[in-house]
Amino acid sequence: MRPFSYTQSPDVTTAVQEVSAQGAKFIAGGTNLLDLMKIDVMSPSHLVDITQLALNTIEETPDGGLRLGALAKNADTAYHELVQTRYPLLAHAILAGATAQLRNMATDGGNLLQRTRCYYFYDTHTPCNKREPGSGCSAIKGYNRDLAILGTSEHCIATHPSDMCVALAALEATVHVKSSQGERAIPFAEFHRLPGDTPHLDTNLHPTEIITAIELPAKGFAQHYAYLKLRDRASYAFALVSVAAALELEGDTVKEARIALGGVAHKPWRVPEAEALLQGKPASKENFRAVAEAYLAGAKGYGDNTFKIELAKRAIVRALEQAISMEGKS
Amino acid sequence: MNSENEPGNAVSQRPTLPDSRPVTLRVNGTTHHLQLAPWTSLLDALREHLHLTGTKKGCDHGQCGACTLLVDGKRINSCLTLAVMQQDKAITTVEGLAQGDELHPVQQAFIDHDAFQCGYCTPGQICSVIGLVNEGQAKTLDDIKDLMSGNVCRCGAYANIIQVAREALERNTGL
Repeated sequence: MRPFSYTQSPDVTTAVQEVSAQGAKFIAGGTNLLDLMKIDVMSPSHLVDITQLALNTIEETPDGGLRLGALAKNADTAYHELVQTRYPLLAHAILAGATAQLRNMATDGGNLLQRTRCYYFYDTHTPCNKREPGSGCSAIKGYNRDLAILGTSEHCIATHPSDMCVALAALEATVHVKSSQGERAIPFAEFHRLPGDTPHLDTNLHPTEIITAIELPAKGFAQHYAYLKLRDRASYAFALVSVAAALELEGDTVKEARIALGGVAHKPWRVPEAEALLQGKPASKENFRAVAEAYLAGAKGYGDNTFKIELAKRAIVRALEQAISMEGKS
Repeated sequence: MNSENEPGNAVSQRPTLPDSRPVTLRVNGTTHHLQLAPWTSLLDALREHLHLTGTKKGCDHGQCGACTLLVDGKRINSCLTLAVMQQDKAITTVEGLAQGDELHPVQQAFIDHDAFQCGYCTPGQICSVIGLVNEGQAKTLDDIKDLMSGNVCRCGAYANIIQVAREALERNTGL
């Protein structure tokens, strides 16, 4: 690891001041940042330790939602009583990712800022537009089994690796951020970016902004939900395809459907127009397949990952069926 | 090794890197005052500075779990955190589990169940089983398998490690 200087911030005001220095970055759980610093993919010259900031609480909001402090640990969030009862989709998604050790360390804010696990991003001996803008993409014509099929560009086909974020996209969370300029709230769909011609930018968070909280709206879809994660081994593997499905039903009719995909794009993938196809329709396999086709419209395979297009369609149908039956859920 | 009784002896005779700073670690009930560069991982602080080599370095990237230890009773990967960020917390390593010559029940269970071969992953596995019990989230065999997936055993002693974990949960042998 390259040498760096280090300070521990006592409060948010100090933290956002300290991070405005050239080459400075925040560190909280550190599970992704230190990993990348060890292999020289990231090399901040200064780390601002934010673990002492008072941002680790999980609290109900006045309008019936839940506010997850940015420094709440992934494990504490997933096992929190209000998350388990009101947002079980989020609890399931978090527990589908990483390991017990990592979830005990990683924070909710940090989960949003995970970098891609594209092999070429990690391999500093190969070109990568995300790591080194303008150097080229090794993945497009290289080995791309894990990589994106939706929203890609000629510059990057990386995926966002988070499971938690897929549920947050489906639940339409809001990300609260702060800087010395003030505060703003970012709808989850606008937090992460598509690669376009700026694949080095993962999110719309400015480098001098800090995430303070993730807010969940009151509607938690606790009656009918599923987080389906398909991967190469049963635990501790990133998703080939994952689906967060949430349904509101009236009898056998779908009142509202939310679907978000993981493992297929540079951000959690949602297509509200496709979700709307289910509105007022019977919750049938045929209708689910129609939605799945609409979700994958425009998908593009790159060889090793082309199988994901059909896999994602089937996963959407299966997740929606699981959300209806709620089989195996307590 | 530095302890409260001999502050800074071993370190003061060695040239220190420019950015080193005082770091206080509480490991297995003993407070240690160290002088560390900020980029020193907790794992390296334990192994290289405190000479507590029970905690192993496998991948050094959070993938294998050999460096698993307990911080305030919960499991973490000590390779993916900075020592300077773990000050004043209760750190428990495999060296802190036995009471004198009497092994911790989970250590004894690893012997009784023949739950290791080469032994390199074992300190991490032992700490992970104890953390599994402390964290209190494993209810089923599938839960055990999933919640132990952060500890890789290249010898493949998984079946017996799972037996240890089941027994530890039944007997509630945490910290």
